[in-house]
Amino acid sequence: MSASLEPTQEQIKEQKLYASMGMSDEEFAMVENILGRVPNWTETGLFSVMWSEHCSYKNSKPVLRKFPTKGPQVLQGPGEGAGIVDIGDEQAVVFKMESHNHPSAIEPYQGAATGVGGIIRDVFSMGARPIAMLNSLRFGELQSKRGKYLFEEVVAGIAGYGNCIGIPTVGGEIQFDPCYEGNPLVNAMCVGLIDHKDIQRGIAAGVGNTVMYVGAKTGRDGIHGATFASEELSEASEEKRPAVQVGDPFMEKLLLEACLEVVKSDALVGIQDMGAAGLTSSSAEMASKAGSGVEMNLDLVPQRETGMTAYEMMLSESQERMLLVVKKGREDEIKTIFDKYGLDAVAIGRVTDDKMLRLVHKGEVVAEVPADALAEDAPVYHKPSKEPAYFAEFQAIENSEPEIEDYKETLLGLLKAPTVASKEWVYDQYDYQVRTNTIVAPGSDAAVLRVRGTNKGLAMTTDCNSRYIFLDPEMGGKIAVAEAARNIVASGGRPLAITDCLNFGNPEKPEIFWQIEKSADGISAACTALNAPVIGGNVSLYNERSGEAVYPTPTIGMVGLVEDLSHVTTQQVKAAGDVVYLVGETATEFGGSELQKLIFGKIFGKAPHIDLEVEASRQEAILTAIREGLLQSAHDVSEGGVAVALAEKTFGAKDLGVHVTLEGSAVTALFSESQSRFIVTVKEENAAAFEKVIPEAKKIGIVTDDALISINGDAGVLLEGTVEEFRSAWKGAIPCLVKSEA
Amino acid sequence: MKFAVLVFPGSNCDIDMYHAIKDELGEEVEYVWHDATDLSEFDGVLVPGGFSYGDYLRCGAMANQSNVMAEVKKFAEAGKPVLGVCNGFQILTEAGLLPGALLRNQNLKFMCRTVGLKVENNDTLFTNQYEAGQIINLPIAHGEGNYFCDDETLAELKANNRIVFTYSGENPNGSLEDIAGIMNERGNVLGMMPHPERAVEALLGSDDGLKIFKSIVKMWRESHVS
Repeated sequence: MSASLEPTQEQIKEQKLYASMGMSDEEFAMVENILGRVPNWTETGLFSVMWSEHCSYKNSKPVLRKFPTKGPQVLQGPGEGAGIVDIGDEQAVVFKMESHNHPSAIEPYQGAATGVGGIIRDVFSMGARPIAMLNSLRFGELQSKRGKYLFEEVVAGIAGYGNCIGIPTVGGEIQFDPCYEGNPLVNAMCVGLIDHKDIQRGIAAGVGNTVMYVGAKTGRDGIHGATFASEELSEASEEKRPAVQVGDPFMEKLLLEACLEVVKSDALVGIQDMGAAGLTSSSAEMASKAGSGVEMNLDLVPQRETGMTAYEMMLSESQERMLLVVKKGREDEIKTIFDKYGLDAVAIGRVTDDKMLRLVHKGEVVAEVPADALAEDAPVYHKPSKEPAYFAEFQAIENSEPEIEDYKETLLGLLKAPTVASKEWVYDQYDYQVRTNTIVAPGSDAAVLRVRGTNKGLAMTTDCNSRYIFLDPEMGGKIAVAEAARNIVASGGRPLAITDCLNFGNPEKPEIFWQIEKSADGISAACTALNAPVIGGNVSLYNERSGEAVYPTPTIGMVGLVEDLSHVTTQQVKAAGDVVYLVGETATEFGGSELQKLIFGKIFGKAPHIDLEVEASRQEAILTAIREGLLQSAHDVSEGGVAVALAEKTFGAKDLGVHVTLEGSAVTALFSESQSRFIVTVKEENAAAFEKVIPEAKKIGIVTDDALISINGDAGVLLEGTVEEFRSAWKGAIPCLVKSEA
Repeated sequence: MKFAVLVFPGSNCDIDMYHAIKDELGEEVEYVWHDATDLSEFDGVLVPGGFSYGDYLRCGAMANQSNVMAEVKKFAEAGKPVLGVCNGFQILTEAGLLPGALLRNQNLKFMCRTVGLKVENNDTLFTNQYEAGQIINLPIAHGEGNYFCDDETLAELKANNRIVFTYSGENPNGSLEDIAGIMNERGNVLGMMPHPERAVEALLGSDDGLKIFKSIVKMWRESHVS
């Protein structure tokens, strides 16, 4: 559409054309009030995208304010491209997780790829070198053709982008449930490393300084992507395919290297990614944060299509672009660096003192709005919240044990459940080693990377059991953080902080908003108890397909510090003769468990209970044991309970097995998902020392050299089999599902 | 001994190669940007892995057009050692320094895993520190590592012991005759899909790759002491 064909101000108002951009009547009235006039088409676009949930968090802000965000280790909390945490030696770790759910539901390869690209830019816009990627994915149960296609293409998209740009994808988690069939979740996390002195911020400071556009040219792709992300999916969503951007990882590799050279220059004042809402959000936010204004001449924006209007340029979400503010007169120094990589670096505007975002196109001012109004003044809604009827019903159900006849068949069934099964089919497609820092690759509790040039490591993981959160959002929220921390601790690290991706349904439904509130309460409580503040993240609402919401899925990404590489611990058993201990109490808790899903095909009842004080002291005890060199292996007990955890401990441990005896009722002992439990192995000569550190640890058996898994109960053998038969069931399940005919 | 690590736009294993030489081997090493026109100060050239120019055209085809590759050809003609790994191997085949081509993996997917390799020829500039027939473990990480050449070339490679490494056990990518690495006729240019530079520290799981670099240095020292 050329500018002359754009609707007039009168048409926008009279015909309520703003509604098609997701703006309400009240919001449009607010804009009129701010401007003292009716906004034109371009201005309406600016407000609608900046006031979308995706950019403004207008529906989730009251909830986000509850999160603990401070701590002595936190150098940068929420509000910048990514959060930053101190790791000593004048170094810091930078990380953030972000969703790309709706684009991935429509165009899975590009949706996932650009999700990866976007989060990488958030990290290097802080001046950090990206060192690792993780992800958290949700799909339907791989029964339909479409479901398999989404799964295969999302994985390929993540691999395609991450492998090409040369950042290792080292970890993640995937769960499968029918509620994600039409609305998969694709959350990508990037972790970077930075020297304190190189930390950048996205500010447009210094009146007269130059605004520079760098990176890829602007096209018509991704227009209104942020708005699209803030509405429910439906059959009509296919029409929004043009709102999905296309990624170019090679371009991003060049941009990454150029930007990391630029941040070393003192000519740079501020830098920000053109992510959601592209040129609009980067310019308005940089101006607003600095308390300044920005004026840009859109004729100078590098364009890859002809005849683009101001509206299209400002709302495009073309990828691999950054906005820089550079000291006046030093533009050439910046340009020289980008020239080396063959990238555009063009002065398109300047910093002003009038706090306005002013856009000039073809000699005319086409938009003039207060930067703060775009970046800060979006309305904040306190949505009504209502406890859904199901919650009371589930809480009223007493915990009980499912009846099982054949324990071995049950264990095989659990190992084949796609959520539990080996994800090797997935991570085999990810280059998890490039840059040669990966000490613990995918397949253990957390990935561990060394910090080159030091004897320290970073442990990282993503986690979220959304079934528990559906049954009981507050309890489930606590568990999500606690389990992430358990993974870090079992790997030898101390949790530093978290990033989160809050994936929920439509917040305008009070029952959904209740899920958001309660799970945030749970997350906050666990972050406080485990000393892991929230340093950033993102909110993805409206994850519904034809009115059906996904399970509430607030994914947690956590990074921990391994203070000495000798502390690095993996889950696999190490040597025959080692003693196997179970740490933590087991109760009859099957609400939301893998076993319940396997037997009943659905979930109900209470989520497992968690006591955060017990959790915190147990994690501390495990970490103490690791630091004292007492543990050969450590693994947290999660989906599928002790039986699955024991089996997983033998997979990948050559020719070893385990023989254990469990107390109490067999089904509970084998498969309950009680929280705050670990299984560890200890050299026999260290057993006494270990029992001093963790007196409540129960000795349940030994590691053997017969490659058998043998689990006994009070009354004899419960199940027995070769490691290989369990392993092949576990390893083969996902490839088998992918290949099978729908 | 002084190594050059070539850097093309999109190279991403350059840093791994650099650290392997500097930190683990303890030799001199420098990055060399793709527009360089002089390699005379170097004793060995390493062409690293990655996605040069995004591999948007045929893998390695664009990189082969850069200034530095003309220099690499001269360097190879002078008999000096050139090692290409992964994308580096693809670039060397595009440059005609090695015969054959790397096709897409048989399963059409990128794969990252550790594989067994058999040292088929240990009487080379690159493998003299290994035992003949030794099985080593190196990581692979590629989408296009499926080696292919015509029958005549294959016969020639075999007859002259130019197949240096083969996959042992599983052939991950469908490569002809399990070929994982080959050298040129003169024996001073080696291309291989597995990544020796990723296997130089026990901390990261294996140091089986270090002997490739040690072999190169040993030969260089011998030729420069005498």
